[in-house]
Amino acid sequence: MAGSEHGAAVNRGARPLSPHLQVYKPQLHSALSIFHRVTGVGNVLAAMLIAWWFIAAASGPTYFAFVDGFLTSWFGILLLLGFAFSICYHMCTGIRHLVWDAGWGLEKPQVRTSGFIVLAAAGILGLGLVLTGWLG
Amino acid sequence: MTMQTPTARVRGLGSAKGGTDHWWHQRVSAVSMAVLAPLFLIPFAMNLGQPWEEVARFYKSPVNAIIAMLFVIASFYHLRLGLQVVIEDYLHGGTRTVLLVAMKLLSFALGFAAVFSVAMLAFSA
Repeated sequence: MAGSEHGAAVNRGARPLSPHLQVYKPQLHSALSIFHRVTGVGNVLAAMLIAWWFIAAASGPTYFAFVDGFLTSWFGILLLLGFAFSICYHMCTGIRHLVWDAGWGLEKPQVRTSGFIVLAAAGILGLGLVLTGWLG
Repeated sequence: MTMQTPTARVRGLGSAKGGTDHWWHQRVSAVSMAVLAPLFLIPFAMNLGQPWEEVARFYKSPVNAIIAMLFVIASFYHLRLGLQVVIEDYLHGGTRTVLLVAMKLLSFALGFAAVFSVAMLAFSA
């Protein structure tokens, strides 16, 4: 690491780094946490798509029809399905984070229980959003 | 014994010079979106795939347009803060700085463009 432009890395020298993800057994809590971040980044793409959709609508019927054609193609539908579940998941785990921030539910069994609740809620909400879009 | 100067203690910003602002703004924007997301996403999902005339008519209503704008503002602010954390976690040095600046400028630009577009739909004759 010597010679790296990153200051902290230089100071570490050849000493071992503290253990990271690879030394831990995968568990519900870490998986939910990793997916909170992954879906957060995924939702950035969803926000970009929403912005694109509004810009298209403001541009007029012709360009809007083009964007609509993309969104209703098989690839567009696949994207929208993914975003529906990604948004609902991130919202549910995000609300769990707010509850933790308030100081509640931090005991190990409670964390496990809320993990399952969050997974179920995300699935139900995601399905509800997909059905709303499909039937609406 | 505190090693801080009295000014530093009063400001309460710590060694990172940012205090808890970033963390707090992420929580406040999260709370706002817990309310705005259902209000925006349910009609948005129903409007997806509708013809342009339907969509334009829907966002001409002030309530619908205001909810859409508030959602766009909250979500782009929230994603700006979130992406900052991700970039700071995984990138270092010059790459980090360049990406942080680019991300902040682009997220503001796209969020602004979306808000402006909703306003155009709302104000169109």
